[in-house]
Amino acid sequence: MIPELGQISLILSLLIAFLLSCLPLWGAHRNNTVLMQTARPLAHAQLLFIVLAFVLLTYSFTVHDFSVAYVQRNSNTLLPFIYQISAVWGAHEGSLLLWIMILCIWTSAVAIFSRQLPDKVIARVLAVMGMIGVGFISFMLFTSDPFTRAFPVQSEGIDLNPLLQDPGLIFHPPLLYTGYVGFAVAFAFAIAALIDGKLDAQWIRWSRPWTNIAWAFLTLGIALGSFWAYYELGWGGWWFWDPVENSIFMPWLVGAALIHSQAVTEKRGSFKSWTLLLAIAAFSLSLLATFLVRSGVITSVHAFASDPARGIFILTFLVLVVGGSLVLFAFRAPGKEGGQAFKAYSRETLLLLNNLLLAAAALMILIGTLYPLFADALELGKISVGSPYFGFMFSLLMLPLVMLLPFGPITRWQSEQASKPIKLLLPWAILALGFGAISFFFWPGSTIKTIGGVIAAVWILCGTLVFVRSRFKSSGNGFTAEMIGMVSAHIGVGIFFFGVLMTESLSIEKDVAAKPGSSFSLRGYDFQFKGVEQIEGPNYMADQGTVVIRKGESIIATLYPEKRMYASGGNSMTEAAIDSGITRDLYVALGEPLDNEGSWALRLYVKPFIRFIWLGALLMAIGGFIISFDKRFKKRHANEANP
Amino acid sequence: MMSRLLPLLAFIALAALLFVGVRMNSGKDNSAIPSPLIGKPAPEFSLPVLNQENRIIKTSDLKGRPYLLNVWGSWCPACQIEHPVISELARSGKLKVVGYNYKDETDAANKWLQQFGNPYDLILFDDSGRVALDWGIYGAPETFLIDAKGIVRWKHVGPITPEIIEQEILPALESKQ
Repeated sequence: MIPELGQISLILSLLIAFLLSCLPLWGAHRNNTVLMQTARPLAHAQLLFIVLAFVLLTYSFTVHDFSVAYVQRNSNTLLPFIYQISAVWGAHEGSLLLWIMILCIWTSAVAIFSRQLPDKVIARVLAVMGMIGVGFISFMLFTSDPFTRAFPVQSEGIDLNPLLQDPGLIFHPPLLYTGYVGFAVAFAFAIAALIDGKLDAQWIRWSRPWTNIAWAFLTLGIALGSFWAYYELGWGGWWFWDPVENSIFMPWLVGAALIHSQAVTEKRGSFKSWTLLLAIAAFSLSLLATFLVRSGVITSVHAFASDPARGIFILTFLVLVVGGSLVLFAFRAPGKEGGQAFKAYSRETLLLLNNLLLAAAALMILIGTLYPLFADALELGKISVGSPYFGFMFSLLMLPLVMLLPFGPITRWQSEQASKPIKLLLPWAILALGFGAISFFFWPGSTIKTIGGVIAAVWILCGTLVFVRSRFKSSGNGFTAEMIGMVSAHIGVGIFFFGVLMTESLSIEKDVAAKPGSSFSLRGYDFQFKGVEQIEGPNYMADQGTVVIRKGESIIATLYPEKRMYASGGNSMTEAAIDSGITRDLYVALGEPLDNEGSWALRLYVKPFIRFIWLGALLMAIGGFIISFDKRFKKRHANEANP
Repeated sequence: MMSRLLPLLAFIALAALLFVGVRMNSGKDNSAIPSPLIGKPAPEFSLPVLNQENRIIKTSDLKGRPYLLNVWGSWCPACQIEHPVISELARSGKLKVVGYNYKDETDAANKWLQQFGNPYDLILFDDSGRVALDWGIYGAPETFLIDAKGIVRWKHVGPITPEIIEQEILPALESKQ
């Protein structure tokens, strides 16, 4: 009975989404206020029924209703309670339901927090979001219904994929989806503006906070995923340029570009068409990500179950949404760029460069990700494009970005004499280079990357503080939320690159065959292997090793790496043990038993500054959140806003 | 106007490519691309052994015992996925596993083996991919089963899973002995 109720809720939400995508749009076209005002209640009703479906599916998991095929495949009676909840989005059908629920939450949020918008705008924006809802709810109902019953009913479920039985995986998908589904808001605003044909700075001011929040969530989601890969997969890596990672990184890059171009368009009126195109591109890439992940077109470590019928469905939807938007763009985008003219050296130019570099990086990743498919289609053979290509190209594109970053905030709009910011920043550039040179001799095993990491960090940190100082000195204007957020995000970028380059250049690892009692020395740390014991978890058995780490005489940490066998069978899972610190992580992963006398293969790592990678990402995300609270976005008209 | 159409045109090209991709994936299981070699003798080759360039292995040297020929490269992420499964199979002693290092560099390959372990009886080294053409190797990972008489019995494209070993490799091995 419960699953059927869930199905009915889904069907009702589809009907409501359908109404939401038509009525307000028609109302806006006809200037019919009553029809336009249906948008908000319909948005809330859509959310209500999706949440109901979601709750019912969760309920089916908690009562172990194995008559529901999806529950049977992704849970069992031994599964700890918290993973019964997260198992709801542990596989395709449920994660699609989560996707849709988050879309509906965004839609309702727009309906609630946009009291100051004219009816016409809100009607169109919500209608566009309703259309996306129609596409995805019907996708779920027709190809991936989570409530389908299984016959005959099994008495026990299979299991949630053990890889996903981890706290990180409880939050990773919701954060990620909140991020990239959130780009639907900027997209809907762009489409509404194109339909309206009136492209003033207004609609951009309204959509800016939404873009920032979505991007901040996406940043958190990606960072959490990367962190999870680091401690769960036992490979000690944090980013693999895997197709699924790439597909989620593209909207992030384009979203970062969009944040900046929206600022230009809102304040100066320039880059209108470009901003529209980026808003379309950010969401289109989110859809593409969903497609690539769900269709199985590209094989990946993330190996989700895939199904060609689903692939065709999403592809059709993708073509309708993206193709339709681009047709609209081709015919309705402003013929000539408005806005105030700017000189060759101005903040506009710098932000344009930022946009081009970020967009080029996204394009580079798109090409690298799809090239194997392209080669396959043309029968050039099956090819795998690996991290050397991505790593090299990405560094190449990020190098000028890092070099130019501190210039942006201290360069004036419209026109600026290049000598002024150069004079302000020159001492700090020299300082950064000096630190780089010192670091080379300071850290054993330094490479060009170490120097680069130190220079990037000092340069961005000091350059950003130069902006803070000059803002303090001039006029006592104080700081808007927008500026504080920007400073946080930019410092985050510096810290991120520092973490990446230091970890990449200074990490060391050692594979050892360890007898109980034997010790291994790695960069001044002494790892002593005590042995392995069998332990029992709630739904798994594990071999748990004990490794004591000393530096000199004092014990730094005792680590317990595990190798788990889940009761449901399948491959064994590595649970690495990590002693984390600001300047370094000590990381131990348990390999295989080597003989009958208690010897095991161990992998030991010392990873300097790896936490900075996620700390940097966190600062970027915090920056995005802070910006969205800027007062200017709450105001209805441009003349009320800060200059 | 033309420049406004560019994004649309680029997208149409992309969509066409994705459509071909979906079509290629549907209907046929990607992992079951039939090999014309099945039922025929393994192609004649002579390849050096990784790290022992003077030691040349010929097709005939491998006859006498069935073996699994596992194509891998350090550049191939999917090879890492199947690696524990291959290692498990090699350790079980049910079958001799021969590695085929494809379009790789010695240093990178050694680093990879050091990191993930070396389950292979022996590793053939084909850095140019020249011999791979005779085998019909598309990429990595790919896996062939060759029986004691040197006849190719089975081929798989993509990572090996425990199910594939249970349901395909071991039955194929038994039925031919």
